[in-house]
Amino acid sequence: MSILVNKNTKVIVQGFTGREGSFHSSQCLEYGTKIVAGVTPNKGGEKHLDVPVFNTVKEAVKATKATTSLIFVPPRFVADAIMEAASAGIELAVVITEGAPVKDIQMAKDYATKNGMKILGPNCPGIITPKECKIGIMPGNIFKKGAIGVISKSGTLTYEVSHQVAQVGLGVSTAVGIGGDPIIGLSFKDLLLMFENDDETKAMVLIGEIGGDLEIQAAKFIKEHISKPVVAFIAGQTAPKGKRMGHAGAIISGSSGSAKQKMDALKKAGVKVVVSPADIGKAIKKALK
Amino acid sequence: MNIHEYQVKKIFEEYNLPIPKGHIVTNYHDAIDTAISIGGKMWVIKAQIHSGGRGLAGGVKLARSLKEVENICKAMIGSKLITNQTGPEGKIVEKVYIERGVKIKYELYIAIALDRAKEMPVIIASGEGGVEIEKTAKTNPEKIIKIAIDPTIGFQDFHGRELGFKLNIPKDDIPRFVNFAKILYEIYMQDDAELIEINPLVKTKNGNYLALDGKMGLDDSALYRHKDLAELRDKHEENNIESEAKEYGLSYVKLDGNVGCMVNGAGLAMATMDIISYSKGMAANFLDVGGGASASTVAKGFEIILRDKNVKSIFVNIFGGIVRCDRIANGILEATKNVDIQVPVVVRLDGTNAKIGSKLLKDANISNLIVATNLEDGAKKAVAAAKE
Repeated sequence: MSILVNKNTKVIVQGFTGREGSFHSSQCLEYGTKIVAGVTPNKGGEKHLDVPVFNTVKEAVKATKATTSLIFVPPRFVADAIMEAASAGIELAVVITEGAPVKDIQMAKDYATKNGMKILGPNCPGIITPKECKIGIMPGNIFKKGAIGVISKSGTLTYEVSHQVAQVGLGVSTAVGIGGDPIIGLSFKDLLLMFENDDETKAMVLIGEIGGDLEIQAAKFIKEHISKPVVAFIAGQTAPKGKRMGHAGAIISGSSGSAKQKMDALKKAGVKVVVSPADIGKAIKKALK
Repeated sequence: MNIHEYQVKKIFEEYNLPIPKGHIVTNYHDAIDTAISIGGKMWVIKAQIHSGGRGLAGGVKLARSLKEVENICKAMIGSKLITNQTGPEGKIVEKVYIERGVKIKYELYIAIALDRAKEMPVIIASGEGGVEIEKTAKTNPEKIIKIAIDPTIGFQDFHGRELGFKLNIPKDDIPRFVNFAKILYEIYMQDDAELIEINPLVKTKNGNYLALDGKMGLDDSALYRHKDLAELRDKHEENNIESEAKEYGLSYVKLDGNVGCMVNGAGLAMATMDIISYSKGMAANFLDVGGGASASTVAKGFEIILRDKNVKSIFVNIFGGIVRCDRIANGILEATKNVDIQVPVVVRLDGTNAKIGSKLLKDANISNLIVATNLEDGAKKAVAAAKE
């Protein structure tokens, strides 16, 4: 078992024939991901990477029964791509693109929710179930198969954590990037619940950062609904106020969104919060004992 | 992106949101003529810098005569203003805004921002206008009223009435207040704002609502569809190094420590600052080289880090994914040829092509290059090197 995606997941790629889309799609295919179609308007009927290309998501879904879409389109077309996927009956959209306007994502997420489509991202590395499928831009070889569920706002920290997990002799059930934007699709608590209900997952790692309050929402949720051990790290403990730290959403505004608030809330909820990012792997090993 | 008060007011005017009559002045010789054209007997002169807390710092002054207008402008233009938000280095005032003074009946605070928890815009208002809203939020949180607006229906009159009644606005004023708030919401949505704040919004003795101040932040990601707004960028207001870094695809924020950092990914870059602090040191900067880092961007990164004279060591922390470690290693080697790096450089490479990268560095035999085996080891070595 795993969450959201497995070896049978049929994937389409929106923005398939572009530079980023081509490079990462070929990496995903190599990993074993079932990419069954690509969508690029005006290129319908062609083949790219040996995969059929369609003009619209609707046509692609109709022909292939795909349930998941990996989105690489440029920022200004992201909302349109998400809504097209939702209207075509896609169940999960994984949005890699960084730099989409906040207003667009607000609208697209609202529409996706009404149509029962889940979103990962935007501005995320994607999702991987080791040895089964990789839908995103992460280097597949770092991820060993195992029982740890990883949820992270950051791409490279996801790699760092999964690497530490492997070094202590453990592995990952599914690793999910949720993205570093002010408004994102699935959040920590949604994914924590999925991991809680996944038989294969024995413990979870939550990697948060400054800005917003998703980690605080997660803390409340863990207290009430999660029985498996959770280890957390919050990046930006030493970040200054009012400065955007790389991610659009990583900003402490006024007195809210600081790392300390989030760490305190998580500790109160019984989460093992590590101060040093180098201690995550060790903490997971300990939590499993 | 933030814009100046006078630019915000121009936007307000275009949307028929009432503001006092005013004009921008860059030379005090123009002050008297400008004040005459504005009219009235009382003027307010306001320093145009991107910072709050101008009033307390002497950047907002009242003049009761034309001579006073000129004197204040003369003193203010070219001066350095240090507010509680500018930091000790302050900001040079290049422009002042002269505005007609108004007689105030009462003051309010009103703002619109994104409520990230609700994922929709929220109107924040208070009857305590003019003062620091953060303080009120702490001492009297019940005096701050928040109403989230679902963009699917947009701002409706009932939102405005609810705000008005909660603020205890006299009932005859409510229709005008509702209209004011409605326009404000329209601007927020139309212009892809991150924040609009009016502090204070005043009711004048003549019976009008006027925006006495205006602050606005815009969503950088949406500027492509607002060419007119994008032109309002004031380069003087931006940190030069940060903007320069951005042009090379680097995300840089200067900090106060002495361990320079070069990292791929924003999350890992923050975590690197944190682990330096955990190892009893302090980061000199945040620097994310991004997903497309090439040898030349790495070289540029070194150059930018080294412009900060506090930097005593550099920690290069790369977890290769899309960014290949051999490429980073080549960047470091190129940088050592082109940039005079006199401080120790601690390098930790992991992930894609890490072994090739490490070998490249070892074979190059560079004297002040220290290889670290992991995140913790790297942080410790970088902190130790900075102390030597």
